[in-house]
Amino acid sequence: MKKFKFLFYIFFLLNIIYPLKSAEQIDPIKVDWSFKGLLGKFDRSSLQRGFQVYKEVCASCHSMQYLSYRNLGEPGGPEFSEEEVKAIASTFEVTDGPNDQGEMFTRPGRPSDKFVNPYPNVKAAAAANGGAYPPDMSVLVKARKGGANYIYSVLVGYEDPPAGVTLDEGVYYNKYMIGNKIKMPNNLSDGLVDYSDGTEATVDQMAKDVTTFLSWAAEPELESRHKTGVKVILYLTLLSILVFLSMKRIWSRVNSKI
Amino acid sequence: MSEHEYVPKSKIGKWFNDRLPLLSLASHLTDYPTPKNLNYWWTFGGILTFCLLTQIITGVVLAMHYVAHADLAFASVEHIMRDVNYGWLIRYIHSNGASMFFLAVYIHIFRALFYGSYKSPREVIWIIGLAIYLLMMAAAFMGYVLPWGQMSFWGATVITNLFSAIPLVGDSITTWLWGAYSVDNPTLNRFFSLHYLIPFLILGLVVLHIWALHIPGNNNPVGIDIKKPSKDTVPFHPYITIKDTFALLLFMIIFAGFVFFAPNVLGHSDNYIQANPMVTPAHIVPEWYLLPFYAILRSVPDKLGGVILMFGAIFILFVLPWLDTSKVRSAVFRPIYRQFFWILVVDVLMLGYMGAMPAEGIYLVLARVGTIYYFLHFIVILPVVGYLEKTEPVPLSISEPVLGGTADYSMAKKDNEKI
Repeated sequence: MKKFKFLFYIFFLLNIIYPLKSAEQIDPIKVDWSFKGLLGKFDRSSLQRGFQVYKEVCASCHSMQYLSYRNLGEPGGPEFSEEEVKAIASTFEVTDGPNDQGEMFTRPGRPSDKFVNPYPNVKAAAAANGGAYPPDMSVLVKARKGGANYIYSVLVGYEDPPAGVTLDEGVYYNKYMIGNKIKMPNNLSDGLVDYSDGTEATVDQMAKDVTTFLSWAAEPELESRHKTGVKVILYLTLLSILVFLSMKRIWSRVNSKI
Repeated sequence: MSEHEYVPKSKIGKWFNDRLPLLSLASHLTDYPTPKNLNYWWTFGGILTFCLLTQIITGVVLAMHYVAHADLAFASVEHIMRDVNYGWLIRYIHSNGASMFFLAVYIHIFRALFYGSYKSPREVIWIIGLAIYLLMMAAAFMGYVLPWGQMSFWGATVITNLFSAIPLVGDSITTWLWGAYSVDNPTLNRFFSLHYLIPFLILGLVVLHIWALHIPGNNNPVGIDIKKPSKDTVPFHPYITIKDTFALLLFMIIFAGFVFFAPNVLGHSDNYIQANPMVTPAHIVPEWYLLPFYAILRSVPDKLGGVILMFGAIFILFVLPWLDTSKVRSAVFRPIYRQFFWILVVDVLMLGYMGAMPAEGIYLVLARVGTIYYFLHFIVILPVVGYLEKTEPVPLSISEPVLGGTADYSMAKKDNEKI
């Protein structure tokens, strides 16, 4: 009996911890993110820097169509001020319409607008990037096994291909990418962006900042989810103690184990 | 506690109850005599009712914001996650709720297997329960298709393609299921419609399940019939209601742990990529609760054979009450069956693990061994053990000690004084 129960637990744990471990890929670098854990929160200034990297580097190819500019000012995110959000939005050209004459027109973006796509459609995006469509980054962190660690690892994982590996034109070698071949070039180089808060823009720093930003973009509810979760579990624990005591009392009327 | 006729005290109550005996029903449910020795494995019936209601309530709210269209479904889910007030909470409760529902139903089913709850006179309860389980799998599968991610699309493609294994009419049936020549917008639409319908069918069957339960009454850990209701049972309320509530709260703590701190750990990351018919994921895996059956399906080299075995694995449970030849219900008094029960548990868990692994090498071999053993358990081991096993002495009644065993006389005496 005991042995079987032990096996039972082992299998249960295995199922939870290693649902799908494939051998072909090396494990991504483990980063101690501030948003990890039960009470994890985003690092506000890292989010703001990450947005800058996204805007200046990633956004020229990657869309982020499920986010709105107003999200940048909401609690739990980069928390730009209202003026800053307005200023950011107004730097984008948004196609609106049709107007009373039936014409489409462009106007400066507003906080309520969705992030403007860099390409008119998926085909155009693929055509401009050697046939590979740069994936939408709204939920990218949730869409990759390994999450933030994986995204960060790919960003810093560019290497010269090992001997014997030949790459086609427009294909790059990345030691963390599944299959090791990636069509995105290594876009990060030291000092590429100019951080306004004086942080030194190393490749590692930019990769961490932009990954933090993408993690927030994928889970903008993370902070309030963690906060609510702690309250809910505390409440349920207290309530179950009270119910347990009531149960003891009620069952004391009959002779039986509960 | 007794089954005497209930008469409402107020005049208007009596007037109404004569026309529709709802008050009699409420009185029956309150006083329903329940074996007093039920352990915590028996609290999962109540937990499952909670799960069903949670899924229905959150599902109705999600349906207010969800758009069942191949071009819009994925975006509408993101709309729920980002723009709907507490949409993320409602969706995470719903998606993790499905997993919790299955966790609870598997415990419920294995409890019935351990304590022989499927045996006479409770066969009909068992069969209705299995029908509920089948509908749950259908609902869960279709629900997983609705976000229209990569796993939604390719899972739907794999499962609907199973029907094409049927000789002669297979391809026509598959096309008919799809409403198109592949999994496409019409498929998504009908899956949404059916996903909304099935929970209410389940609710109806749950009523029948409980009704059928209230005819013979609960089984219990020692698996014997109630001899003296006054000694062996307690009224359902408040004894069982408070105990079920306590167990439910513990269950909800685990549930909340998933919802708030690991909402995507039970899902597959590929489902956050919008469905793309041109790109096939490297590994197509169903949700964890369907993995044992997926392993059985893939362990057979022949497609039709795999489909037959997979459905057979569930349908064999329908005849379980007649495969088990033992007169004794509870495994507590069945030393041999008890061992085989735990082997079956390990076997099913192993099959689940193999279902998540690629079907090759050692994984495939183990999946095949697991599949053979699964059927062996029901077709050979159960009937034979029932005949050959020397069972241990069963107590005379729930409140009295085992015949010839070490009698705990003081307990029995105290018991008599109390009641």
